[in-house]
Amino acid sequence: MTSTTETGTVPATRTETGEPRRPRKPRSGPLLSLAAWVIGLLFFLPVVWMVLTSFHSEADAATNPPAVFAPLTIEGYREFFTGGASPWPPLLNSLTASIVSTILVLLLSIPAAYALSIKPVKKWTDVLFFFLSTKMLPVVAGLLPLYLFAQSTGLLDNIWLLILFYTSMNLPIAVWMMRSFLIEVPVEMLEAASVDGAGLARTLRSVVAPVVMPGIAATSLICFIFSWNELLFARVLTATVAETAPVFLTSFVTSQGLFLAQLCAAAFVVSLPVLVAGFAAQDKLVQGLSLGSVK
Amino acid sequence: MTLAAEKIDQERPEPRSASAGARRTANWGRRAPLLPALIFMIVVTQLPFVVTLVISFMNWNAYYPDEIGFAGFDNFARVLTDVNMREAVWTTVLLTASVVLISLLLGLGIALLLDRKFLGRGAVRTMMIAPFLVVPVAAALLWKHALYNPEYGLFNGALTWLWGLFGSNNPPQPDWISNGPLWSIIFALVWQWTPFMMLILLAGLQGRPLDVIEAARIDGATTWQIFTHMTLPHLRQYLELGGLLGSIYVVQNFDAVFTITSGGLGTANLPYAIYQTFYNAHDYGRASAAAVVVVIATIIIATFALRTVSTLFRQEAGR
Repeated sequence: MTSTTETGTVPATRTETGEPRRPRKPRSGPLLSLAAWVIGLLFFLPVVWMVLTSFHSEADAATNPPAVFAPLTIEGYREFFTGGASPWPPLLNSLTASIVSTILVLLLSIPAAYALSIKPVKKWTDVLFFFLSTKMLPVVAGLLPLYLFAQSTGLLDNIWLLILFYTSMNLPIAVWMMRSFLIEVPVEMLEAASVDGAGLARTLRSVVAPVVMPGIAATSLICFIFSWNELLFARVLTATVAETAPVFLTSFVTSQGLFLAQLCAAAFVVSLPVLVAGFAAQDKLVQGLSLGSVK
Repeated sequence: MTLAAEKIDQERPEPRSASAGARRTANWGRRAPLLPALIFMIVVTQLPFVVTLVISFMNWNAYYPDEIGFAGFDNFARVLTDVNMREAVWTTVLLTASVVLISLLLGLGIALLLDRKFLGRGAVRTMMIAPFLVVPVAAALLWKHALYNPEYGLFNGALTWLWGLFGSNNPPQPDWISNGPLWSIIFALVWQWTPFMMLILLAGLQGRPLDVIEAARIDGATTWQIFTHMTLPHLRQYLELGGLLGSIYVVQNFDAVFTITSGGLGTANLPYAIYQTFYNAHDYGRASAAAVVVVIATIIIATFALRTVSTLFRQEAGR
């Protein structure tokens, strides 16, 4: 904003380097680009292999050397969806657990983050670190008490118990993230808006939302992914009714004979929601994974 | 940290004339939004631990319901002298340290490669993220059956194909998981965690003050000097953040150990060992004692880790 007044004082070196990220030694440039491509492809290869194998017949999937150009078929997917136990109940359970726990996390974390940033309570740093410290405790230490509690209250194999656990699993992350976004809400503008007579709805929409909405998106993405991926607690606390998709996957590899194409189809279907969400919001992923400290 | 808090307090000064009672009401008004989350966390994470602590002093095996009673320190003595538990501790340390260090180094290298402009940079970045977005159980199954399998896995398939190129019918066909069970798990996890480290370090690299680096370049600093004296110090907090968050998640890993080796061949880490004591052996007392020992060890390590975060945090708040 003040650049017009400053242009005269900008050092000459800065205006000359219009392209600061230009490689210094042009000769190594193509080689480094090639290296980046090769490494990227190597990391991507197992995913490609999973998708390719899922579209092969079982016989073609189990060849050595690999039959890369074998004819494509959706046999694996048909077998996965209609062959044995239906994958739909576990997939729906995972969806329910992930979405409901994410909503609960948002409902609890946004007010808490508000009380730790915009109108901070006393000793707000202690509270913030209490939340982070719960993330460091090994979850396995809470597994037995939760199991015994579920057993005595008849909540075993109930999706609501998992939802409760996933909420507690993600709440510390969400509090840290939402705080890092709320701290950027311009407090002076909030006051100016109220002085100018803007209503609460209008203040929320035009001052708070632009800063907070990206934070809510990043938080939701991370909470959804972590809940969707969780295996240990889902395995111990659920059985046939509330079974989630990861648990279904582990019980899937008991069949005899060739199953690789079907397994790859199953792995791909279960990973698809996370892949789609993660690819669609790559920048949100970084913000979320670093607890909002990288923006 | 306190600076930021004071600044905010100054911006919204409380009325001087307010009585003590009104101020107390105001304080509670500030605390109210925090309470639901705080109470929820205490109930769901701290209460179970108290229960674990109580059970750890009890003789309680679900197979022998008549023998439930007070056990004193017996469970702790058994946990601390148990060879399997000690091995599990060592496995956990080895697994966590290897995965975090290797993926940090790989992530750093790849982040440096991606911090340049080249054709298809966005595509390479997207491909690099993919491993992190595969559901961990699915990734473990993929590595176990589609890549490591000695008969039809991709690795041995590629070896057959490579040897075939040179006319050999006798390619090596190692049984990857039996030959190196722990390394099989480590590599599968490194594949998933390198993208995570890369993303954080890349974000760090892109926050570098480029004009200062350009100035150093004009003054004749070599690429290596710039890397060791400017880039690495700048990246230090991002390396620490990646290492800390990676450790938090990898130390708790259950999915890969459970799927790839089922804890066999000396790969049982602490989460798996405790899971087994409780889920298969139904020895609630001993599982709880092990959990208590792990929690105490974690608190000691986490105290150091939290110190790292709080220095990071102070820098952030001081900005």
